Amino acid sequence: MEIIKAEHLTKYYGDFLAVNDISFSVNKGEIFGFLGPNGAGKTTTIRMLTGILNPSSGRIEVFGMDMKKHKIEIRERTGIVPEMANPYIDLTAMRNLRLMGRLYGMKRREIEERSLELLKLFNLYEKKDTKVRGFSKGMKQRLSLAMAMLPDPELLFLDEPTSGLDVMSARLIKKIIREEQKRGKTIFMNTHNMQDANELCNRVAIINHGKLIAIDTPEKIKEIGAKSNVIEFSLSPFKFKEGIVEGRVEILGDKVKVYTGEVDETIKKIVNYAERENLKIVSLNVEKPSLEDVFMALVGEKNE
Amino acid sequence: MSKLSQFSRSLAIVKKDMLIFYLKGPVVIMGLLFPFFLFGAFLIGRDLSHAYLFVALIAMTAFFTSTAVGPTIIPWEARSKTFERLISSPISITTVLFGDMQASFYFGIIITSFISLTAIFLGIGVNLLIFIPVVVLALLTFSAMTILMSSYPPTDVPADVMMLSSLVKFTLLFISGIFVPLEKLPWYARAVSAISPLTYMVDALRYSVSMHGYFPLWLDLIAMLFFSLIFFFSGVVIHKRVLEKRFT
Repeated sequence: MEIIKAEHLTKYYGDFLAVNDISFSVNKGEIFGFLGPNGAGKTTTIRMLTGILNPSSGRIEVFGMDMKKHKIEIRERTGIVPEMANPYIDLTAMRNLRLMGRLYGMKRREIEERSLELLKLFNLYEKKDTKVRGFSKGMKQRLSLAMAMLPDPELLFLDEPTSGLDVMSARLIKKIIREEQKRGKTIFMNTHNMQDANELCNRVAIINHGKLIAIDTPEKIKEIGAKSNVIEFSLSPFKFKEGIVEGRVEILGDKVKVYTGEVDETIKKIVNYAERENLKIVSLNVEKPSLEDVFMALVGEKNE
Repeated sequence: MSKLSQFSRSLAIVKKDMLIFYLKGPVVIMGLLFPFFLFGAFLIGRDLSHAYLFVALIAMTAFFTSTAVGPTIIPWEARSKTFERLISSPISITTVLFGDMQASFYFGIIITSFISLTAIFLGIGVNLLIFIPVVVLALLTFSAMTILMSSYPPTDVPADVMMLSSLVKFTLLFISGIFVPLEKLPWYARAVSAISPLTYMVDALRYSVSMHGYFPLWLDLIAMLFFSLIFFFSGVVIHKRVLEKRFT
């Protein structure tokens, strides 16, 4: 069952084309990742899907309802964590949750019970009467997610939910996202964190320069890059000359990553080079490309 | 979504605005301290009747208190990144702005009610059947004016809006018959004063203390009602039009 259906979405800001004719759908119970570099059009897309911005052209259906005609009804069933959206720093955590509950038309008793439950879930219970002004970024983000989850929505829109967070907060948020999915919720998540996308998402879409360039499961997307392998090696003392191997080369500290389809030939060239230059091979690994490698290959190619 | 439900949600906005904005520095300065200093400057060295002073005091208090909160709310929310969360909840932009307008109105009514008690100390006979509806209608008009004031430019710098709104407020203050009665103004100044909502409040307040004014009382009331509707709905339209610019 399709929860979100976007058809030929296009968004112009003046003459600037931010989102270029994209179409996709998100199924019930799915965690759908929307990946792309900064400025690719991710946030503009999520703002159109949540009815904050109107598309220049195209159509959005959520829960089978037209976004143009049923914005408020759709939002009643949706929780949103916008990018960079803060809770009110002059209010306590509890007051922020109460405000959200009242904006969703929840009953007073229901707001109190659900707020306390969520504050415990997000490890914020001890801080419930503390003004958000003194919260760390991780605490604010946890409260933000709690505010979005307060009305127990069927669909959650999360814009960069773990961006810039400490490890503990990021892990807690990811755990809760997984639990929400188990409870049958649908989650649409913008991220540029490939590890999050790989760990959490059932399907991902990659957007660059406002255009969708791939949409599939993380594993299937990795297969796009399966024709190439990644050879990572390190030499001691570290020395590497451009041009000794073919393919895309990245130097990462004292390691070299080579993306190539010719594993045998490339390894021989590396070994020959080490022998010729009297260098010790410290490590040499051959791996399949990660989601990040494929993403970089796709986005890099398109950028070129 | 029923209108009643949206109204009830607008009250959540009011409560939020009261908790956050009523005690902000610029609100206290422009809404509470400033009108009293201005009134003091107006009072010193002039031999005016108590009724005349009372009308000036109430008009300045109502005008400055009800326009102190509203203009800064949206820019403040945009700056502190809370605005997007607010408008992504199940409420319309109109509801958000209606809540902000009510916050301005309640701030105005609390302070103006308190200041109105000076009538007792000054020994002025006030016709409450005229005074109360006039003050309520005027506070609604000025609160609605703040919705228009905050609509353009779509900035996230509260000081920008404060500066522009102060410019408008002072212009209106000097052409509205507070300092110089309308009948003593030259014809061209009277023509300009007719476009100020404050003019009609001052005129109607004079009815409440002396039973005569420059315009008929019904005209004062209708003019304020007209201004409040125009201010609010044109403010809503502009806010909707420039919403996109707040995110780009």
